[in-house]
Amino acid sequence: MATIAILKEREKQIYHKGEQAFDMTCEKKSLAGSVSQRACVFCGSRVVLYPIADALHLIHGPIGCASYTWDIRGALSSGPQLHRMSFSTDLKEKDIIFGGEKKLYGSLVRLIDKYSPNAAFVYATCIVGLIGDDVDSVCKRVSDEKGIPVLPVHSEGFKGTKKDGYKAACEAMAEIVGTGSTEGISPLSINIIGEFNIAGEAWTIQDYYERMGLEVVSVFTGDGRVERIKRSHGASLNVVQCSGSMTYLAEIMNKRYGIPYIRVSYFGIEDMSKALYDVAEHFEDHPSIMEKAQNIVREEIENIQPELKRYKKALSGKKAAVYVGGAFKVFSMIKALRSVGMDVVLAGSQTGNRDDYKLLREMCDDGTVIVDDANPLELSKYCIEKGADLFIGGVKERPIAYKLGIGFCDHNHERKLSLAGYSGMLNFAREVYSSVKSPVWKFAPGKKFS
Amino acid sequence: MKALENVEYKATSNACKLCSPLGASLVFRGIEKSVPLLHGSQGCSTYIRRYLISHFNEPVDIASSNFTEETAVFGGSANLILAVQNIIKQYDPKFIGVATTCLSETIGDDVPMILSDYHKKNSGTKSPLIVSVSTPSYSGTHIDGFHGAVKAAVNSISAKEDLEAKHINLFPGMLSPADYRHIKEIFKDFGADHVMLPDYSQTLDGPLWSEYQKIPEGGTSIKQIISMGSAVASIEFGRILAEDESAGKLLQNRFKVPCHSLGLPIGVNETDVFFDAISKITGKPVPEKYIGERGRLIDSYVDGHKYVFEARAVVYGEEDLVVGLASFLSEIGVIPVLCATGGKSGHLKNKLCQVVEDFESRGIVTLEGVDFVDIGDAAKKLSPDFLIGNSKGYKTARELNRPLIRVGFPIHDRMGGARILHIGYKGAQQLFDTISNTIIASRQDASPVGYTYM
Ligand code: SF4
Ligand code: SF4
Repeated sequence: MATIAILKEREKQIYHKGEQAFDMTCEKKSLAGSVSQRACVFCGSRVVLYPIADALHLIHGPIGCASYTWDIRGALSSGPQLHRMSFSTDLKEKDIIFGGEKKLYGSLVRLIDKYSPNAAFVYATCIVGLIGDDVDSVCKRVSDEKGIPVLPVHSEGFKGTKKDGYKAACEAMAEIVGTGSTEGISPLSINIIGEFNIAGEAWTIQDYYERMGLEVVSVFTGDGRVERIKRSHGASLNVVQCSGSMTYLAEIMNKRYGIPYIRVSYFGIEDMSKALYDVAEHFEDHPSIMEKAQNIVREEIENIQPELKRYKKALSGKKAAVYVGGAFKVFSMIKALRSVGMDVVLAGSQTGNRDDYKLLREMCDDGTVIVDDANPLELSKYCIEKGADLFIGGVKERPIAYKLGIGFCDHNHERKLSLAGYSGMLNFAREVYSSVKSPVWKFAPGKKFS
Repeated sequence: MKALENVEYKATSNACKLCSPLGASLVFRGIEKSVPLLHGSQGCSTYIRRYLISHFNEPVDIASSNFTEETAVFGGSANLILAVQNIIKQYDPKFIGVATTCLSETIGDDVPMILSDYHKKNSGTKSPLIVSVSTPSYSGTHIDGFHGAVKAAVNSISAKEDLEAKHINLFPGMLSPADYRHIKEIFKDFGADHVMLPDYSQTLDGPLWSEYQKIPEGGTSIKQIISMGSAVASIEFGRILAEDESAGKLLQNRFKVPCHSLGLPIGVNETDVFFDAISKITGKPVPEKYIGERGRLIDSYVDGHKYVFEARAVVYGEEDLVVGLASFLSEIGVIPVLCATGGKSGHLKNKLCQVVEDFESRGIVTLEGVDFVDIGDAAKKLSPDFLIGNSKGYKTARELNRPLIRVGFPIHDRMGGARILHIGYKGAQQLFDTISNTIIASRQDASPVGYTYM
């Protein structure tokens, strides 16, 4: 069998728990030629802002960046669907030479006239950063002329990693926050941040909080609306999901408006329940909120427990590999997988930081491999060596798993299945079960390594 | 900001095209033991990988030279060399195909020079063959990248060596793995040797692995590409491509290999032309098997002609595919009322006139350089019965409330995109059955009676 060697420059981005001292490197630009699974700054911005459904999203650059991101996210809207369109200035050679400002201006004005959005985001891609278009002043001018916020998103792909894209998106959004009236907002109110309403997840979460007696002022950016974002600074608490993508916005809102924030996760029974309790604790002067949270947790768990038990029985002792974008998601996945009896043999992320990996090390069992910014060869190598039965990742990881005869679950922004909350946990378990237990793996020629 | 007054510019909304390095990557995936490398930022290669994976459902490893801010300012040669070295260390390839991106083109990296320097410094070491192609997306679509990469490979390695060689070169264009397999089958049945470039029939549609493969098996070998200069003839598919300085023409000019430019062999007419060409070049008759296939196909045309006659179709996609489909549709009596593409060769209408009877008098609308909003707007006025093209037309089809017949690339909302057969009598048979059945199904669904016999 072909041996898979690890590139020397990447050795420190891989850690074998129990076999070596922890000295992991992370938060580096991907190594040229290593076939990273990561995308770019633009990708980070697009992911975060995508669900704002009544805004125009115009990608300023040649066509590729827009083509490849046309409607690939599973973020649902209860109303307008403008976010599912893919607009691009589609720069041509002469625009590259003479600059794309005119084209940007013309495109923006026409699109705004045609679709009447409540705001517009203009994503500057690599080439725009290079040719030096003054995107800010075009946006400002159109904003003045059309009377809606027109926000530049500085997401030139080469200027960093996906994380920098999150930041650029937060900066753009921070311009809208605080521009609306906060009249009538209850003191018992929150914003849900870092939740993108993949397959309707934000609706599930919002429902829990409302059942606790809280007002949800805005969801960022799931099922997003400009008007809600404008008045979101009227909320008493920001509840931030996922370490990577939107903590920065919560920090800005904390500085500007004094709104405190807490971090939560909505994946798995354990984290979901903790999220509700943590939020309830924040409103400790209103004990009824905690009471209601406890009732929700009890009821919901009772509902899913019988079916969950059945899956757990079937899945006990099976091994999983987890490689997703954000490290926070990995933590939740590990807990969720354990709750259905599975062990995690490979854990990694595209964007984890040192603290994330430290925590990950603590959570993992001996023998687990932890990887930062991995590539297909490394992922395959450890799946084979560790005998994984299941891979949790995004579309790019799917064929790696399938070629090796391993089950796969999509846990990326592209999925169409809600995995958040209690009902999501059941969906997750059901999906893991239907993949791992499918009889088709019996035909896989390489199954000798499991 | 006075200069901004000109408001004629229009954005592209829901593009009916992709960018050039995607096409080039696909070609490089169809060469044996090859790894594609995009010279630019990480995002381009990751997005292109993601896109190809959702169609082919196969691992698609495409490396990136991974520009940083400094690279964008000071040039990408160091990154390119590092990427090449890392690919060699990890993949041990025989071939690396480098395609530029908008970014490296704009900063003006001289990729051929960087690579030749690298070769000079590393002469003597066992390094893979490296071929580069210039694919700035702002001046072309994925199809330009595709043909560009084929030509670059031929240009840099084909030679006239073997004077005894009897094989035919085939440049099939961007077809499905199933199409590629069918082409190989046809040549085999003719008893004719051939070299096809590219050939991702295995590398992008293979079985599960019993052990790990860094680079999937299959693809056109370097030896075969070298031998293309010695072939008895070349056949290339694509009436639009025929206008280009293609790989086939390059071999004709350089090595006097006669080039036959044919349409994509979709439907009886264009497939006949293909079989005739092989027959003529080899001096061998069309194998019985295909006479049988053709016979059965025409028999089915007759059986089903009433269902499809004067049905109205919206056809979209890559230009050559549009021409091929329009030719097929019009031979069965379907009117391709709208033929649309995101490409902009300037030849679409002219080529359609060659294959669609009474083109002018039927008032067929031809649109070049358009997006799906334009296509939807035009289609609305033409009351089509169905749409035929890739998955990207789904939204439009849904808005028009008409069925979409999925062909071409990408198919990412159905299983089996890689297994769609478009070409040959067999491909026409499958298309014909699908189209007739789609029409029959919509009539059946709309009927208050729900007849169960035809
Ligand atoms: S259009 Fe250019 S910059 Fe955009 S993805 Fe394609 S190659 Fe990259
Ligand atoms: S790296 Fe740059 S050009 Fe490529 S997809 Fe990202 S923003 Fe677009």
